[in-house]
Amino acid sequence: MPTPLKLLYFAQLRETFGRSEELIEAPDQVSTVADLIQHLSQRGGIWQEQLGGDKAFRVAINQDMADLDAKLPSHAEVAIFKPVTGG
Amino acid sequence: MTKMAKPNQSPTRITVAVQHQDFDLQHEHKELVDKDRSIGAVVAFIGMVRDLNLADDVVALELEHYPGMTEKSLQQIAAQAAERWPLQAARIVHRVGKMHPGDQIVLVLTASPHRHDAYEANMFMMDFLKTKAPFWKKEWTNEGPRWIEARESDTSATDRWSTSS
Repeated sequence: MPTPLKLLYFAQLRETFGRSEELIEAPDQVSTVADLIQHLSQRGGIWQEQLGGDKAFRVAINQDMADLDAKLPSHAEVAIFKPVTGG
Repeated sequence: MTKMAKPNQSPTRITVAVQHQDFDLQHEHKELVDKDRSIGAVVAFIGMVRDLNLADDVVALELEHYPGMTEKSLQQIAAQAAERWPLQAARIVHRVGKMHPGDQIVLVLTASPHRHDAYEANMFMMDFLKTKAPFWKKEWTNEGPRWIEARESDTSATDRWSTSS
């Protein structure tokens, strides 16, 4: 069963990817954050460049910070962004 | 339960705000102490927009956040501080949108019976805010805009709280 996910991008990644959000149907083999990142990297170009190499980024699932091995619940809101710089 | 309850230990009043408009320290302070006569110390930290960063003139600063998660994150940071130090109240106000050198960006207020707790809790909250709360800064210089990169020194500032008692 594909997993429906709502992806959000903020700040630098929002500008680089040219979108603030998108709805995707993640394929069967995508069950963790790491799987999702790999799936998005396979889009190539800027996606590979930002998510497929050694560039730092952070992921939140349903508005809580998540590790790469965290499971993706169906219909989750998954945000991807650069390390934060507030204050 | 009456024997177990800690005496005079009421829950910390925690409030957070993410807003475009400026804040007023005097007003915020008055709201915070709110006739609570057990408060002996209030520490206020205000972060300001600097006009110089990485040797370039900064003409404006733009702050972006993650509506919903940012507020939740600030609330959690204040709650963590309240677990470590006896605080009567904690308040975080963080501005978003476009700001200019000399403008206030962030306010952290901590109220405690004694000053050391208020100081430490305040530093803890700022250190965590800088590395955990979803905000991103974009700097406008005469060359154009650029996103600010996260700094390693901010991460070490957060890490020191996990080793100290």
